[in-house]
Amino acid sequence: MTMQFNDETFRGDYTYHNSPEAIRRFPFPFDQDTYMYSVNIEQHPGGPKGTPFEKMFDVDEHYVAEMKDREITLAEDPLRCQSLPHMELAGWDLLELIMVSKARDYPDLFTLHRDGNDWHWINKPLGIEKKFTFLDATTLPCGPMEYITRQTQGDFALLHERDNNLWMDAGMITSQADWSLDFDVGMNFFEWHAPVPKARKMGVFDKALKFLLAVGQGQHYRRLNWTMTVNPRLDTSPENYHKWGPEKRTITPENVGQKQFLRVELQTFFRLPRSNALAFPIRCYLMNLEDIATKPKWGRRLHRVLRDIDPDLAEYKGFAVNQKTIVDYLSQFDDGAPTSPGIFPD
Amino acid sequence: MKKLTLKVTAVEHLSPLVKRFRFEDPTGASLPVFSGGAHLTVEMPEGDTIRRNSYSLISDPYDGSGYEIAVRREDKGRGGSLYMHTKVSEGDDITVSLPSNLFQLDLRAKKHVLIGGGIGITPFLSQLRQLDMEQKPYELHYAARSREEAAGIKLLPQAAHIHVHISEEGSRMDLGAILDGQPLGTHVYTCGPDGLITAVADQTARLGWPKAAVHSEAFTAPPPGEPFDVVVKSSGKTVHVKADQSLLEALEAAKVDIDYSCRGGGCGRCQTKVTACDGRILHNDHWLSEDERAAQKDIMPCMSRFKGTRLELDL
Ligand code: FES
Repeated sequence: MTMQFNDETFRGDYTYHNSPEAIRRFPFPFDQDTYMYSVNIEQHPGGPKGTPFEKMFDVDEHYVAEMKDREITLAEDPLRCQSLPHMELAGWDLLELIMVSKARDYPDLFTLHRDGNDWHWINKPLGIEKKFTFLDATTLPCGPMEYITRQTQGDFALLHERDNNLWMDAGMITSQADWSLDFDVGMNFFEWHAPVPKARKMGVFDKALKFLLAVGQGQHYRRLNWTMTVNPRLDTSPENYHKWGPEKRTITPENVGQKQFLRVELQTFFRLPRSNALAFPIRCYLMNLEDIATKPKWGRRLHRVLRDIDPDLAEYKGFAVNQKTIVDYLSQFDDGAPTSPGIFPD
Repeated sequence: MKKLTLKVTAVEHLSPLVKRFRFEDPTGASLPVFSGGAHLTVEMPEGDTIRRNSYSLISDPYDGSGYEIAVRREDKGRGGSLYMHTKVSEGDDITVSLPSNLFQLDLRAKKHVLIGGGIGITPFLSQLRQLDMEQKPYELHYAARSREEAAGIKLLPQAAHIHVHISEEGSRMDLGAILDGQPLGTHVYTCGPDGLITAVADQTARLGWPKAAVHSEAFTAPPPGEPFDVVVKSSGKTVHVKADQSLLEALEAAKVDIDYSCRGGGCGRCQTKVTACDGRILHNDHWLSEDERAAQKDIMPCMSRFKGTRLELDL
C-alpha cells in the first residue's frame, strides 16, 4: 500500500491532523511516570515495525505538507538555511546518506540510480526528478545540504569537529523549538546549549560531548527530546516569537485538548564519511492532548509527568503559563492505575 | 565497535622494513569511504589474546574498492608489526574496524602544509588525495634518512608541490624555510617522531601562527616493557599485564569493559581514573598534560605502563 499524504497546514488555519495510524506510531517520549533531563541514547535505526524508529529517515503522512511549510519559511527568511564554505563536503555526505537510505527504505516513493558520480534521483511524492553530478555543486539548483533537506522532514545541523569540540557550521532549521540558526551558527557545543537549565550543572553536556565525539562511522544513535507547543506550528523560532508567543494565551479549559500539542523531537546522530562531520537531524512530531489520551497508558502517564515536573523545566519547555489548565484537563484520563514500562501504547 | 572481515588481496614490500597491505570485501562489495587522515584498527589474534594496532589508511579515501595501509616492522615492539610482516599474506582473512579519523584536515584553511617524517608519511597519503579532489592548495614535505628507508617515495606523486628531503643526501628539511612566508590562513600538519612535531610547534610559535592552525599526530604502537599487575576496583580482580601486552590489551583479555579508539595515546577515549597508586606510572601517551602525569590520578591504558607495588583502576 502506498502512503497517503495529508493536505494540511502548520500555520494560519492550522489544519494539521493525525490519522489513527499516525497516533498509533507517535514517538511518545516518556518511558516512566516522571521526567528528568538525561542522556537517553539508543542505537538507530531499529525498533518495532511501523514505528518511527524503524527506518533511517522516517517518512510519514505529513511529509508533503511539511516540505511546503519549509518552503514558506525559507521564502520569508532565507537565513534559516546556512552553510559555511568548508561544510559543502559534509552537505554531499548528508545528501548521499539520505538519498541512499530513502531509496532503500521506501522504494515506491524514492529511486536513486548511480553510475559513478552520475546520479539520477526521483522523488515521487514531491514530483522531483533530477540528474546531477555527485560532488559537483554546479549541477544542483542550490547547495547539496539545502537541496536534500528541502526534501526531508526535520531540521538538520551539520557539526564540524575541531579542537575537541563540535561547531555548528551548517544547518537547515525551520521547525526548531525556540532556537535560532542565525544566532547559533559557528558556535560550539557548549555555547549553543547554554540556555538549558540544570543540565550544565549536572555535567550532562560534558558527557554528551564526549559521547558525540566518539560516534564512529557506521554507528548511528538517537534520543528523544520533547517540549510543548500551542497549535501545530513547526516554525516556533525566536525570530517569529511575536507570531506564536501570544498564541499561548489562547488556551482555555475548553480548547486545551485540541490546541495544546506535545512536540517530540527524534534526534539522530551520524558520522559522515568524507567530511568526518557529524550530522544531527532533529525530526519533529506533533500531537495534541486529545489524540494522546486515546491511548489510556499515555493519558495517565502524561498527566503524572506534567503534574510533577520540576518548575524550571516547565518554564524552559514553555508551558508553565498553561500548566494548570493542561494538568486539570489530563487528570480526567488518570484513574491512578499503574502504567506499563516503555514508551509504546498497551 | 563495528567491525569488517576483509580479504588480504595484496602484500608488497615498499622498502626493506615497510610493507603495504591491501584489504577488500570478500564479496567485492564497496567499503565505506572515509576522510583524509583516517585510520583503521587491525585485529591480530595470537593464542588467547587479540592484539590490536591502528594504522593510517594510505589509499584513496573516496574509493570503496579497498583499504590500504603501510606497516613498518618494529623488531623491538610488542609484536603487532612483526605479526603483520610475518603472519599475514595474500588470501588471508583479516578483521578491521571501520575507518575513524583523529587527524582530519581543517577545510577552512587557505592552504595546507603537510610534513611527514619517516613512516609518519602515511596519513598524508590519503589526505593529499582528498586535497587534490577538493582542489585545495597544499604542499607536502617528506623527510627520511636514506632513500632506501623512504618507503613513501613509491606512493607519492611526482609534482612541484611534493618535496622529498633525504638527509643522507645532504638535503635536510629546513622548517624555517618551509614555514616562513606561508600565506595567512595556512594550516600545518605534522606526523612523525616527537622531535619533528616539537620542532614544528616551536617554529610556528616563533612565527606567531595561531595554535588552531597547527595539527599533529604522533600516535605510535604501544611499547613493550616489564610485566606488572593491576587491580580492577569494581571487581577486586587482579589482571596481569605481560611484557609484550599493553595494559589495554590485558584488560580486554580479562573481559573488563573499556572504551578505545586510536590505541595509540592520541584520542583520549581510554582515559581511566587511578584510584590507588603505589609506584610510578610510565606515561607513554600524547594525551595527558604534564600536570596530569605528575598527579598520577589518570592513566591511558592503551599506551602507558606501571612500575611499583600497587595500581588500582576505577573500572
Ligand atoms: S585509545 Fe586513544 S588514547 Fe587510548
